[in-house]
Amino acid sequence: MPLTREEVEHVALLGRLELTPEELERFTVQLNAILEYFEQLRSINTEGVPPTSHVIPLQNVFREDVVEESLPVEDALQNAPSRLAETFRVPRIVE
Amino acid sequence: MEFHELTAHEISGLLRRGEVSSVEVTEALLHRIEETEPHLKAYLTVTPEIALEQARAADQRLRQGNPLGPLDGVPLAIKDILCTKGVRTTCASKILENFVPPYDATVISLCRKAGTVWLGKTNLDEFAMGSSTENSAFGPTRNPWDLERVPGGSSGGSAAAVAASAAVLSLGTDTGGSIRQPASLCGIVGLKPTYGRVSRFGLIAYASSLDQVGPITRDVTDCALLMTAISGHDPRDSTSAPVAVPDFRAALAPDVAGLRIGIPREFFEHEGAKVDAEVAQAIRSAARKMEEMGARCEEASLPHMTYIIPVYYVLAPAEASSNLARYDGVAYGFRAPGPHADIVEMFSRTRDQGFGPEVKRRIMLGTYALSAGYYDAYYQKAQQVRTLIKQDFDRAFERFDLLFTPTSPTVAFKIGAKTEDPLAMYLSDVGTIPVNLAGLPAISLPAGFQDGLPIGLQIIGRPFDEATILRAAFAFEQATDFHRRRSLPAGPGCKALVARG
Repeated sequence: MPLTREEVEHVALLGRLELTPEELERFTVQLNAILEYFEQLRSINTEGVPPTSHVIPLQNVFREDVVEESLPVEDALQNAPSRLAETFRVPRIVE
Repeated sequence: MEFHELTAHEISGLLRRGEVSSVEVTEALLHRIEETEPHLKAYLTVTPEIALEQARAADQRLRQGNPLGPLDGVPLAIKDILCTKGVRTTCASKILENFVPPYDATVISLCRKAGTVWLGKTNLDEFAMGSSTENSAFGPTRNPWDLERVPGGSSGGSAAAVAASAAVLSLGTDTGGSIRQPASLCGIVGLKPTYGRVSRFGLIAYASSLDQVGPITRDVTDCALLMTAISGHDPRDSTSAPVAVPDFRAALAPDVAGLRIGIPREFFEHEGAKVDAEVAQAIRSAARKMEEMGARCEEASLPHMTYIIPVYYVLAPAEASSNLARYDGVAYGFRAPGPHADIVEMFSRTRDQGFGPEVKRRIMLGTYALSAGYYDAYYQKAQQVRTLIKQDFDRAFERFDLLFTPTSPTVAFKIGAKTEDPLAMYLSDVGTIPVNLAGLPAISLPAGFQDGLPIGLQIIGRPFDEATILRAAFAFEQATDFHRRRSLPAGPGCKALVARG
């Protein structure tokens, strides 16, 4: 089932990527080639096989809830592309 | 022999005996970097002031007879995906071009504690996505054995620097082969530790269930020394394993009598990624060498290896699409110039302008695989096949202590050869990816040459059994001399080679 240009556009929106028309064109061709190769996954019988999200059997890793030094505000803001006093500055979100 | 050509354990011996100072060694390395960088482009940032300051501090400790350990005063290069407090960390991406981390990664803190001297930050494929270092936003690194060829990737800068004697030791990271494949293509040693062995705190995430930090070095002894320094449980990484760390150097006895070695046939005959005859031959010769030393080699089979490329390229991009959601131009990194109609426009333009093509391709692939209607067919299915792949290894390790395979199906390829065909590039990781999917440790070390280009042997072991891998690798290294050959000779030799290339 080939991926249409419209679907690629939708995926780009979900991934928050404003692709150029040329990028959309190229990704439509490339993603279809890659997904076609991935079709072989369907041929494997995985009935009853549990999924692996993580290889080591670690669950519920707890630690003591102790107060530690946190990152100073100035350090946290030092890489901000735009700031206002002690905040990150962005375009208006709430009207 | 020049200082920059020495291994860490050789330098360590000279430093302890007071025959040379760390400042002298560091200056030799900085000089060598000046000589090689115009041709290699292995570094994104060189930090001579930090290096010399750390070297002076190391010399003082050494003079007082209080070295911090075997790596005190030894120069190290760091892949530019590990956070270094106060030193720019770019991930070879425009989106992090001016990012200066406010903290150190845990492995970086450990390297500070070990007394290493930092030469700088090395080039990589953007966000570690690639197999050739051509996906760096700041230009490709070249292979010191042939400047027309790629050094492999994604830790190509680290591997090229170590191979060209422009670093003694290096830290790389490996999600699908990014330590081992460049080590193979550059004729040096690279170890991907067991998942959970080394802390990922401060390693900028690509695919969190697969990423590991590990050593890239010129020989197995150096690899063991750096492994010992960086391993161990870290409360700041909840996936780091509370498992005791041995002194890996103590494991280096050239004794392999009775070791059972499996040669899995699927690693030699993958459809779509043909293993070169010379490469296959070199791995079989390596197995025979081990037999001469008393190991027992037999053919093995891991039937689900056929599917590793689709499994990896569903899972890793899915994890990446989620991990890279944080680059939005708000708290740090690049922001597309405004004005922006709204915040979504700011996010979307920032990400389109800030990320390179391969990163965007993987975000698209991962977003698609996780999207409604396709989750079961791709993501869930790939996770189930991951289980089958892991079970194949579990069964193999009931019969064998180690598995021998080619690291890469071919030697280093030409720059530009695979950049237009993403799938062909993906297939070059066919031998290394299975190890990440199963969370196992594996090393690559030099095992031969084809037309003057290095061939790498991959040795895979059981979880948390890096010691047996290192022992076998050490025995093989001691019985051969592939690791002694050097690329890009110093001084006039370097210039002559460059002129010829």
